[in-house]
Amino acid sequence: MAVTLSEKAAKHVANYLAKRGKGVGLKLGVRTSGCSGMAYKLEFVDQIDTDDVAFESHGIKVFIDAKSLPYLDGTELDYAREGLNEGFKFNNPNVKDQCGCGESFNV
Amino acid sequence: MALFQIAEPGESAAPHEHKLAVGIDLGTTNSLVATVRSGISVVLNDAQGRPLVPSIVRYLPDGASEVGYEAQTRQASDPKNTIVSVKRFMGRGLKDIAHVESMPYDFVEAPGMVRLKTCAGVKSPVEVSADILKTLKMRAEHALAGDLVGAVITVPAYFDDAQRQATKDAARLAGINVLRLLNEPTAAAIAYGLDNGAEGVYAVFDLGGGTFDISILKLTKGVFEVMATGGDSALGGDDFDHRIYCWAIEQAGLQPLSPGDARLLMTRAREAKEFLTLNPEAPLTARLSTGEMVDLKLDVATFAEITRTLVSKTLQPVKKALRDAGLRPEDIKGVVMVGGATRMPQIQKAVGDFFRQEPLTNLDPDKVVALGAATQANLLVGNKTGQDDWLLLDVIPLSLGLETMGGLTEKIIPRNATIPTARAQEFTTFKDGQTAMAIHVVQGERELVSDCRSLARFELRGIPPMVAGAARIRVTFQVDADGLLAVSAREQTTGVEAAVTVKPSYGLSDDEIADMLKDSMAHAKDDAFQRALTEAKVEARRMIEATEAALKEDPHLLSQAETAKINATIAKLRASMEGDNRRQINLAMDDLGFETQEFAHRRMDQSIKRALAGRKVDDIKMGEDA
Repeated sequence: MAVTLSEKAAKHVANYLAKRGKGVGLKLGVRTSGCSGMAYKLEFVDQIDTDDVAFESHGIKVFIDAKSLPYLDGTELDYAREGLNEGFKFNNPNVKDQCGCGESFNV
Repeated sequence: MALFQIAEPGESAAPHEHKLAVGIDLGTTNSLVATVRSGISVVLNDAQGRPLVPSIVRYLPDGASEVGYEAQTRQASDPKNTIVSVKRFMGRGLKDIAHVESMPYDFVEAPGMVRLKTCAGVKSPVEVSADILKTLKMRAEHALAGDLVGAVITVPAYFDDAQRQATKDAARLAGINVLRLLNEPTAAAIAYGLDNGAEGVYAVFDLGGGTFDISILKLTKGVFEVMATGGDSALGGDDFDHRIYCWAIEQAGLQPLSPGDARLLMTRAREAKEFLTLNPEAPLTARLSTGEMVDLKLDVATFAEITRTLVSKTLQPVKKALRDAGLRPEDIKGVVMVGGATRMPQIQKAVGDFFRQEPLTNLDPDKVVALGAATQANLLVGNKTGQDDWLLLDVIPLSLGLETMGGLTEKIIPRNATIPTARAQEFTTFKDGQTAMAIHVVQGERELVSDCRSLARFELRGIPPMVAGAARIRVTFQVDADGLLAVSAREQTTGVEAAVTVKPSYGLSDDEIADMLKDSMAHAKDDAFQRALTEAKVEARRMIEATEAALKEDPHLLSQAETAKINATIAKLRASMEGDNRRQINLAMDDLGFETQEFAHRRMDQSIKRALAGRKVDDIKMGEDA
């Protein structure tokens, strides 16, 4: 069971954390909402929740709440550029289908 | 597959609820668009990685247009149809525009705002600006992969209502929802103040392509307060280009140039200026259409010399803004530099010398306004991030007040009061039985209404008839966050009300504001004299009216001789009011006071008798006869 960051994503996260001036890592999660049932959560972490499962990838601490882990196991968070747009991308092997834009998904 | 941004803890947006908002710096020379990504303000680049969009629009015969670098490459070969620095024409008539003679455009005078004749038809500055905004909007929607909810667009602090309205109209034409127009220096302070989190009083020195703004801002506990603003809406980097251009013509001994050559030489002048930021000497070469060759070298010292007056011109508004804020240069904790023109070494030196400190330049002076606007936009659409619950306070440029008897101004909200604000003051009636009151709302610093700007007039009717001075009319001035003024008047005993809404800056140009301020200082003494004189005349008139009313009511209390004497004294007072001698008026008033003393006593006795008599119901008639 693991969730990882690509090297590119880790670099961007480290950069954002440095500019933000605080925060200990990144929190990934899923919640039930959206047109295809589930939606991702991607947030900075200021206070560590001891119930969360912690990973470390390319020097970045990644926290995932236990309930979300089954849906995210094996996910690699990448950083991508599509045309002029850029941002983080969830490469999640558990996803069966997703809505057109990919903001919500089903497992 | 969607691309995600990192949210603040606990603030992940639900799917499809990301609100895309941008900050737009619609500049004279260059424009930028920025947004907040993962909590950080970033400027959005084009596909080639360039952050700036030159604020240049070229119109083609088929009605199409090119914007930015594409248009810039053609400005020398197609000057009439390639519009640069259009911001200078926003909300302006032809007579307001400086250096018209060296501009290659076919201007068309139109009511309110000048128009430009191009091969694609006559264009208003609003349309040209809208074309620039459309380009920025498209860039933002590509970069953010969605539709924009809205944008914060920055304007110079000194933009008047017509110019602000023109900017809003341009945005509407480009299909952009304007969340708010934000003053450029304030946006810069947001970018700096929030990123650095430092408290204190700061000066924002913004020398852009076509406008100069100075703002004195106070940052305390995350609250921005604009203490004073000043500037010159017709001073910027373009003027430095123009000086180099004139210098080149003089040095090379050129005849009047064709529009194409003029544009070419202006471009070369700008390039030389930019080159001098990092180099001691810049080449200035151009081959003109006449075959003449311009081949000059401009060094830093010469550049500083030919632009000395421009540099010192920037310091005048700085001194004034400091005076307005009641501060000295050493009270300023830091000086924020904004605008590409602040890269010029002589500007940095002059500002450093004046404030006796190195100005702040750690953010890119070209980007800082857009970055701050993006932060504000992000906040306004509700993508709030944690502790950023700061409040933005702005000021009104000229005092707001109303006309009182004798054409005097009573200031209700003083200049530089922070908005939003509300102030109220009580007024009363001037005449017995007065049932209506005309309320004339004015803006300006002068004591006499005729020297101030009239904003609105309205009437409060239905005041119950009372003796002069008994009615209590509460007039409330309220200025909201967008600078809109609402004035209401309410008679306190009956609750009758009247109200009006005005735009305080409507139609006031920067120069008018500046002139009005200058006037108020120059005429402060005159005004004080005028005020005292007018007050004396008002008092005299009130006295005459009261006396005449009493004479009419109780003629039986005076002998014929006494009445004649009082009438003569009134006539003397009337005569003194014709002149401008306050002393004479006061003396005549004293005379009348003296002559009517006995009359006043008798009237008092009479009313006391009546009052006493009134206690006995049976005696009422007798009492009235007494």
